[in-house]
Amino acid sequence: MIQKSMNHENIQFSKEELARYNRHIIIKEFGLESQKKLKAAKVLVIGSGGLGSPVLLYLAAAGVGNIGIVDFDVVDDSNLQRQVLFGVTEVGKFKAEAAKQRLQSLNPYINIQVHKVQLTSKNALDLIKDYDVVADGTDNFPTRYLVNDACVLSGKPNVYASIFQFEGQVSVFNYTNSKGEVGPNYRDLYATPPPPGLVPSCAEGGVLGVLPGIIGSLQALEVIKVVTGIGEILSGRFFIFDALSFESRTFNLKRNPANPLNGTNPTIKELIDYEQFCGLKVIERPVKEISVKELEEWQDRGEDFQFIDVREQHEYDIVNLGAELIPLGVVAQHADKIDRKKKVIIHCKTGNRSAKAIRELEDKFGFNNLYNLKAGIFGYIDEVNPSLQKY
Amino acid sequence: MATVIIPTPLRKFTNNNARLTVHANTVTEMIQKLITEFPDLKKHLLDANGSVPSFINIFVNDDDIRNLQREQTVVMDNATVSIVPAIAGGAPL
Repeated sequence: MIQKSMNHENIQFSKEELARYNRHIIIKEFGLESQKKLKAAKVLVIGSGGLGSPVLLYLAAAGVGNIGIVDFDVVDDSNLQRQVLFGVTEVGKFKAEAAKQRLQSLNPYINIQVHKVQLTSKNALDLIKDYDVVADGTDNFPTRYLVNDACVLSGKPNVYASIFQFEGQVSVFNYTNSKGEVGPNYRDLYATPPPPGLVPSCAEGGVLGVLPGIIGSLQALEVIKVVTGIGEILSGRFFIFDALSFESRTFNLKRNPANPLNGTNPTIKELIDYEQFCGLKVIERPVKEISVKELEEWQDRGEDFQFIDVREQHEYDIVNLGAELIPLGVVAQHADKIDRKKKVIIHCKTGNRSAKAIRELEDKFGFNNLYNLKAGIFGYIDEVNPSLQKY
Repeated sequence: MATVIIPTPLRKFTNNNARLTVHANTVTEMIQKLITEFPDLKKHLLDANGSVPSFINIFVNDDDIRNLQREQTVVMDNATVSIVPAIAGGAPL
């Protein structure tokens, strides 16, 4: 467990640690004092992906004594182009656990706490409270606002970085300076997120793999400055970098009196529903469902049904349940292949794409015999056949 | 002429131009000229009330126009105007 409020003055180093941190200690402006602050520090890194990889590697190497990692995701082949914490052998493993293993082998003298959970409005304040600094390397707007609000409500600095295609952004939010003045936060920069669909995500628009390496390294730099107090913190300033033109700019940021968290008339006093705030909560018509256990029963008693998989070919090649493959994108074109009389079970990885497919088929072609496999092939692997490969 | 820096996500609406030069006295005038030339930019630069939406920041030189005279901020002839949208990274929404 991470200890609370460790005083850096009482920090001791072993001979091995002193040798390891020698190049820090011999910098006059840094010295043993800053190294002690690093060892005493408790830093929570949210997301161990593209940004989290360099942040975690550099913080661990630098000797940050207590690092928390929040990530519920597993390593995917498509991550390796930029998430340099992981290699081929980590594909399929939980990122937070794989990251811990890698970081402990890099630096065995630090403590690493794994939080294999999705950050939510329910757990965020509790997760953050044991840490001094938060580094936000998340990948979506709802979590960005959640991390920001949780940091402001908890009074913690939030070292922020974000990337898209060839561009990166860095700032330090909610930083309290030596005069006790609190700097701007994400809501002062962007009061509201763009409506869904207006700005493509990296999953749709892509990202140059080296970009999170550059931007995440700058983020790690600011974490180290916040912890040690050296230099000028990027608070009240907003840095952007364009990899294509190799141009960077640093803008001035100010607090907005209309900020609902800590402006002149605050209206947000606790964490809210961020999916709703970002316009992502669309109430969708329910579809008929079948559980993985029921599927197993149907199969066991030889029930006559058509079985369709709407994932992509590359996913099917990794693992499949012997269903007919009709990817979601082309399901309407192949509606004639879908039986109208007997029951049809449609599945995907976790049940979202198959629900979409069913709604599309019902809306366009009037099907009424389609059943969604709840929790998809992952649910089947969890509950029925754990020997199958997850991805 | 002021130089306007177009961010990656909006370049598809400006024939992939990353920099445009515009002669305008104010930010409003600059936006109008950009939209006249590239109409698809409109929904990104103006909301229903004709203001710059809160998920887009416009900086004249180093300062956010919200801390200057908002859309009425004067654009000097040699100014650099940066359009910086909110970006969040990886996950598909």
